[in-house]
Amino acid sequence: MRNIIPILTVVGLLIVIWYGAAVALNAQWARDVAARADKTLTFSELVADTWSQEKPKLPAPHQVGAELWKTTVEKKVTSKRSLIYHTWVTFSATFLGFVMGTALGTLLAVGIVFNRTMDMSVMPWVIASQTIPILAIAPMIIVVLNAVGLSGLLPKAIISMYLSFFPVVVGMVKGLRSPDQMQLDQMRTWNASGWQTFWKLRLPSSMPYFFTSLKVGVAASLVGAIVGEMPTGAVAGLGARLLAGSYYGQTVQIWSALLMAAALAAAMVGLIGLVQRLTLKRMGMA
Amino acid sequence: MNDSQSVISASNLDLTFQTNDGPVHALKDVNLEIHKGDFVSFIGPSGCGKTTFLRVMADLEQPTGGSVTINGVSPEEARKSRAYGYVFQAAGLYPWRTIGGNIRLPLEIMGVPRAEQDQRVKRVLDLVELSGFEKKFPWQLSGGMQQRASIARALSFDADILLMDEPFGALDEIVRDHLNEQLLKLWARTEKTIAFVTHSIPEAVYLSTKIVVMSPRPGRIADVIESPLPRERPLEIRETPEFLEIAHRVREGLRAGHGDD
Amino acid sequence: MMGWVLFAIVAWVAGLSLNVWLARQRPSRGASLAAPLVFGVTLIAVWEGVVRGFEINQVLLPAPSVIAARMATSLDILWIDFVQTVIKGALSGYIIGCGAAFLTALAIDRFPFLQRGLLPVGNFVAALPIIGMAPIMVMWFGFGWQSKAAIVVVMVFFPMLVNTVQGLQASDAMQRDLMRTYAAGYWRTLLKLRLPAAMPFVFNGLKIGTTLALIGAIVAEFFGSPVLGMGFRISTSVGQLALDLVWAEIVVAAIAGSAFYGIMALIEGRVTFWHPSQRN
Repeated sequence: MRNIIPILTVVGLLIVIWYGAAVALNAQWARDVAARADKTLTFSELVADTWSQEKPKLPAPHQVGAELWKTTVEKKVTSKRSLIYHTWVTFSATFLGFVMGTALGTLLAVGIVFNRTMDMSVMPWVIASQTIPILAIAPMIIVVLNAVGLSGLLPKAIISMYLSFFPVVVGMVKGLRSPDQMQLDQMRTWNASGWQTFWKLRLPSSMPYFFTSLKVGVAASLVGAIVGEMPTGAVAGLGARLLAGSYYGQTVQIWSALLMAAALAAAMVGLIGLVQRLTLKRMGMA
Repeated sequence: MNDSQSVISASNLDLTFQTNDGPVHALKDVNLEIHKGDFVSFIGPSGCGKTTFLRVMADLEQPTGGSVTINGVSPEEARKSRAYGYVFQAAGLYPWRTIGGNIRLPLEIMGVPRAEQDQRVKRVLDLVELSGFEKKFPWQLSGGMQQRASIARALSFDADILLMDEPFGALDEIVRDHLNEQLLKLWARTEKTIAFVTHSIPEAVYLSTKIVVMSPRPGRIADVIESPLPRERPLEIRETPEFLEIAHRVREGLRAGHGDD
Repeated sequence: MMGWVLFAIVAWVAGLSLNVWLARQRPSRGASLAAPLVFGVTLIAVWEGVVRGFEINQVLLPAPSVIAARMATSLDILWIDFVQTVIKGALSGYIIGCGAAFLTALAIDRFPFLQRGLLPVGNFVAALPIIGMAPIMVMWFGFGWQSKAAIVVVMVFFPMLVNTVQGLQASDAMQRDLMRTYAAGYWRTLLKLRLPAAMPFVFNGLKIGTTLALIGAIVAEFFGSPVLGMGFRISTSVGQLALDLVWAEIVVAAIAGSAFYGIMALIEGRVTFWHPSQRN
């Protein structure tokens, strides 16, 4: 991959900038503490201090790394303090919501492509549904669903489903409509039924669009699950860790939860990408 | 005969591309003189180097050996002094500009004052018989009309040399015939020097005063035919025995080049 | 009350039949506007009927009429929240974020090496749950609208950057060769060819940004806010079980979001009038 070196260069540059920014942002605090002890810091003392504060404004990369290590490898997976446990909680809601959203999105897309009534009346509302900031009303949805007896995993999954079904609908509608007129005419000359045209032409043609939307959908699902964990003082999941960290000023905890969420997003998108490459290669569309 | 002032001169021209599969000799040891007022066609199968040669003249590719001069200077200086107009295979008009706006494009870049721009646009639209289409957008025109607009664009800044890369390749035969006639009339009126790349034997023979037959692997000149046909040519000339004889000679030249496969 | 349930059923059947009839008509502007409108009105009517007919707890799921009433009495609150969240938070962050992304794309346009490294990284960052950075922004910029704007900047930056870079690569080789034959330099080529050709992509990024900006500003307020703002109002109203006010805020958010997106789409229609997607 000829992109590997540029990517590593950019990432390396970002880490250097990160360390530099840590010095810049944490310097004020370091100087205040030293002033109270009537000391002045040399530059190297300043740098060392800014990279090892307990509640820094910007934790240094190695601090975050240490916290990640402490809460994953050094804790039992079943403990409430284990980051792996929290990641699992968030992941299960994300995954369930993602699967439901994909199923719903695909069904809607098939309906829209094959039924003119649905196309004209439902499609605009599918688009409008995304203008309702579901993330903004996540707290309300959780409360309402709790009141009717649904709690824990399902309400969060429903929020994730709401967020992930839209890219799937849009992508699949585009994909199912992607075969050109010539190919559709060809099917007609063979007297193929609508069903056969769907299975043999439309569905295979939509595969590239399908996987692209899956990637967008899974990322959206994750955001939904994280935000869903925040209201009503949720105690489990990465979103809860973020909120707890912000309440108690535990910056390093916030950053490690954030990095874990980023890693989870990367892993899921990467997995879909892998499935995409294998599937499309087998179909000769890679 | 026109004065034998040499306008384009290529000497031992070489162009080798380095690819993953090894070196590709796009042009090898090409020698050619094009005189003022000539209409030179380049014909040959894919990979014979005809488009590459045109692009070298236009300073869109750099040769790896030998030299080529345009009006006595290097292709780069010729390009910077806007010595030629280039017509591509596709019209390449900007969809966000009207036809008039598209023709104005090179004039704007070259800093021609606005009043003069208007004059020139009118004049060249006349030349290609597209008067009145100034305010239309490219997608409102047919393929043939778009290509005529593209030729008008190349004429607008009065370069003495016209480099044309299979400009009529994508059009149907009837439109093509018509445009061939128009191009000859234009050439007669403006007395430009034209280098024209084509795939079509009848087109090459009909249009040119000189036909350069090229062959591939490595790209080289197989034959240069000076056409004895008069400069004024109605379309019917394509059925005369003289025409057919030249076409036969071109065909032989192409076959000989292909025989190396 | 059975009357209301009956009303809901009748509304549903009427709406559906009307839509099926509309679908059978020749496609026209009127029909395509009417169909979603009919669907929406039907949905609201059914909602009202079901909530009243099954006597669902109005605290949990208010009927549309109740929400409308609450909106009418709370216009001042809704307005203050709107200004705080949408104008100060979302809009300022959107302008700064999209502007910075556009300029960055231009800056790295001359360095293909950086582009090859930045695009994959940018795509990756765009997939991350940026909203998680909200508590960090509050810590850096305080409780006011600035931290919300900061989150919006981060959220819209990467999609806009990726789209603009793609757009700048959109002009094909032949058109760039043509510019070369005119001896047009980098800046002339950028201004007359590459920027106009990039506009469809740029507007794609701008439209995506409108939804991200609004959601980002609202959700960021869950992590800390002065006593105003849409996110603040929503989370406190949920705590007080005043769900009618929550829905009222949502209606405002939905209208604001659609209007923002719609304005962008309108401008896009004018600037990229030439693109095939605008002509069909």
